[in-house]
Amino acid sequence: MKTYFILLLLMAICSLWAVMRGSLIRAAIALAATSAVLSIIMFKLVSPLAAVFELSVCAGLITVIFMSTISLAQPLTYSEMIERSKARIKRFWFLPLILVIFAFLLTLLAANLNPPLIAPETEKNISKVLWDIRQLDVFGQILILFTGIFGVIVFFGNFDKQGGTK
Amino acid sequence: MTLFDMNTFFKLSFVFIPLLFIIGFYCIIITHNLIRVLVGLELIIKAVTLLLVVVGYTTNHTVLMQSYIITLIIIEVVVIAVAAGIVVNVAKQTGSLDTRNLRTLKG
Repeated sequence: MKTYFILLLLMAICSLWAVMRGSLIRAAIALAATSAVLSIIMFKLVSPLAAVFELSVCAGLITVIFMSTISLAQPLTYSEMIERSKARIKRFWFLPLILVIFAFLLTLLAANLNPPLIAPETEKNISKVLWDIRQLDVFGQILILFTGIFGVIVFFGNFDKQGGTK
Repeated sequence: MTLFDMNTFFKLSFVFIPLLFIIGFYCIIITHNLIRVLVGLELIIKAVTLLLVVVGYTTNHTVLMQSYIITLIIIEVVVIAVAAGIVVNVAKQTGSLDTRNLRTLKG
């Protein structure tokens, strides 16, 4: 239980770091660290396949997407970044305070909570769930993926023509 | 078969999942940077993913919840990829990543 608490705390710290850091690249790295900690939690909570997906896709692919976006969007210079980070800190210093207040309130609320009753597991084979029970959803996911690919081609292709990156 | 004391586990999750959600939500409403808006969106999705994992573990439906999480991750990637494309184009058009520049958009 102590491990689970430490992992949750680590995840909260990583996400806070992602939000409050000045550098966008460091924010993206902190986001990847959040995903990595989440995947460890998933392994601990007996969801290994979801953990692998989280680690490879969220901590890997999405970080790459963020890095390429940051490099393509040509963000601020170093001096501009320092100037703006002072203004940003003024807006974000409330966040730890809000978190402490909410954590206190939620701890009070959680004192009266009871976990739901455990139901017997209906299916133990994930491939059976994905390909038999949720067959239509899988085809939906394939359609969503193609929509995403089409969207990326449209947006980044447009950028290539206008920006002349090639 | 449970690995943890279920009562404490449930209470810990009840406290930490809304906190993650609040961090992401605060980031979205306060920031003026388009990439940081995406970071906030990602954090909200992480909170939802953790909620699904905890629900799956608590109700003993881990296999079904894993399939939901995989669906969620696929949708997350598509949303972030398309949003990243939009951000790059906006940065190219307006010359900055500031969300306040989008108020001048017409059409």
